[in-house]
Amino acid sequence: MAPARSFLWSRRIFLTLLTGFVLTPVYVMVSSSLKPLADVTGKFRWLPSGLTIRPYIDIWSTVPLAKYFMNSLIVAGAATVCSVVIAVFAAYAVSRYDFRGKRVFTVTVLSTQMFPGILFLLPLFLIYVNIGNATGIALFGSRGGLILTYLTFSLPFSIWMLIGYFDSVPRDLDEAALVDGCGPLGALLRVVAPAAVPGIVAVAVYAFMTAWGEVLFASVMTNDTTRTLAVGLQGYSTLNDVYWNQIMAASLVVSVPVVAGFLLLQRYLVAGLTAGAVK
Amino acid sequence: MTTTAFKEPVAQAPSGAAAREPRRRTGRLRRASLPYLLLLPALLLELLVHLVPMVIGIVMSFKELTQFYIRDWSTAPWSGLGNYKVSVDFDAPVGDALLHSFFVTVGFTLLSVALCWLIGTAAAICMQDTFRGRGLLRALFLVPYALPVYAAVITWVFMFQHDNGLVNHVLHDQLHLTGKPSFWLIGDNSFYALLTVSVWKGWPFAFLIVMAGLQNIPRELYEAAALDGAGTWQQIRRITLPSLRPVNQVLVLVLFLWTFNDFNTPYVLFGKSAPEAADLISVHIYQASFVTWNFGTGSAMSVLLLLFLLVVTGGYLLFTSRGRRAADV
Repeated sequence: MAPARSFLWSRRIFLTLLTGFVLTPVYVMVSSSLKPLADVTGKFRWLPSGLTIRPYIDIWSTVPLAKYFMNSLIVAGAATVCSVVIAVFAAYAVSRYDFRGKRVFTVTVLSTQMFPGILFLLPLFLIYVNIGNATGIALFGSRGGLILTYLTFSLPFSIWMLIGYFDSVPRDLDEAALVDGCGPLGALLRVVAPAAVPGIVAVAVYAFMTAWGEVLFASVMTNDTTRTLAVGLQGYSTLNDVYWNQIMAASLVVSVPVVAGFLLLQRYLVAGLTAGAVK
Repeated sequence: MTTTAFKEPVAQAPSGAAAREPRRRTGRLRRASLPYLLLLPALLLELLVHLVPMVIGIVMSFKELTQFYIRDWSTAPWSGLGNYKVSVDFDAPVGDALLHSFFVTVGFTLLSVALCWLIGTAAAICMQDTFRGRGLLRALFLVPYALPVYAAVITWVFMFQHDNGLVNHVLHDQLHLTGKPSFWLIGDNSFYALLTVSVWKGWPFAFLIVMAGLQNIPRELYEAAALDGAGTWQQIRRITLPSLRPVNQVLVLVLFLWTFNDFNTPYVLFGKSAPEAADLISVHIYQASFVTWNFGTGSAMSVLLLLFLLVVTGGYLLFTSRGRRAADV
């Protein structure tokens, strides 16, 4: 049966308005990044007075953007790999085995999801500073320290989602693998994990995105050499000028990799959410 | 890679798992120490990044921890309940500001979650049937979610600028709605600026989850309803929305917790100290700790916040699970 006419019209109007709301900032970002400085310091204008790619050249010298980019890549990449690997093992244990303390573990993991980041920031800050003073290991201000803290966000979510996903992989598959002579690890790596690839990809995408976009810990826990993009972008405003065209160009440059990756993998994300979170 | 080769078993998974439910956990897979070994890395990390910091945070909240003791926090003098007394003394400046910030956060969170849910659900229902350009539109709608927070929010900062921003240009120069250009990032308007950005950034998540939930509603339900003469709107009200109930219960809770704890959005929008009208609690605690260097009070506030979230979440889970059980009977 065809949808009602009133529904079709409401849908058309609603989706048009929503598209406008979603796209306006994207348009501002893209168009402003191609404007000369005079255009972004004066009255706002929808169309640039002249197109220039100057901002895209200048962003690399106004602040050391390449270095921040590298830092973000290392930190987000390492945090993603760590949290996915650790979560796969943990989720497999919870999904396939009965053991003492299982409920305590899952409830703890679930509840750490709700804790505000600020609750961990203060103690972690002090722990890092004190470890540094006592042993000389510089966790505070280092990339390693930041990677460790980023696991606070991605690990609970990854474990939680992968448990749901592994549960939906038929048990017969790994039991057959065990019968065929695989060890439990073999069953996980050869059968369960490959069958759960959409879930694992979804978790990895999520972990990378949160680490790439995180501001709070990055602003407290980094120094000049380890600064990530989240903090580095603030460098485009000086006392006298705010280089809005460069800020927009830099924002676009740092967004393109994650947005492109996300859109390419969103199929998996929806599949992962369906099996993992929505049940 | 070999992803396509393994697609099939996943696609049939839900029905298969349900059918095998009765003979789960036969004990065949059981070996005493293996699960613990698999859990070990996760346990160590959870301990390191969550439990130990939490315990230290609670200890810190009972100490008089100012900048003089940062080098070695354990030497800071005990203050008993002092930090808590300061935090909840609503007649004094610190407590008064905390209470104000709490109410701002509650109001902001409720509004933001409601709008995110409403827009996300409406959009997901609109996109349930196939039509031309649906795939493209879906990708576009996910862009705000995929954009890094600071890049997205900094664009909004530019749009909210007093002299050269788009918002004032449209509202004042083009539509003549306001007498003179308004300030959006300071003063009372900042609440609405924050709400707009938060909804813009947050609704695609609701959209994503509801879309996933809609896939689980069997087509036959709609066909049967259509045969019985139910129109599109009635189908939405009688089938779609009730079927989404379990999904919504999780979604609303997650949205609530994320919005309530959100630090990134207000911090990029306003900087280290937010305007009074948009003084969200996480920025407020950050400011109390890292700007005025009073870690003890900051920790006490964090613990109070945590207690509040525990009570609310516990109550919510109890309420919804009871509701679900009642609905089953």
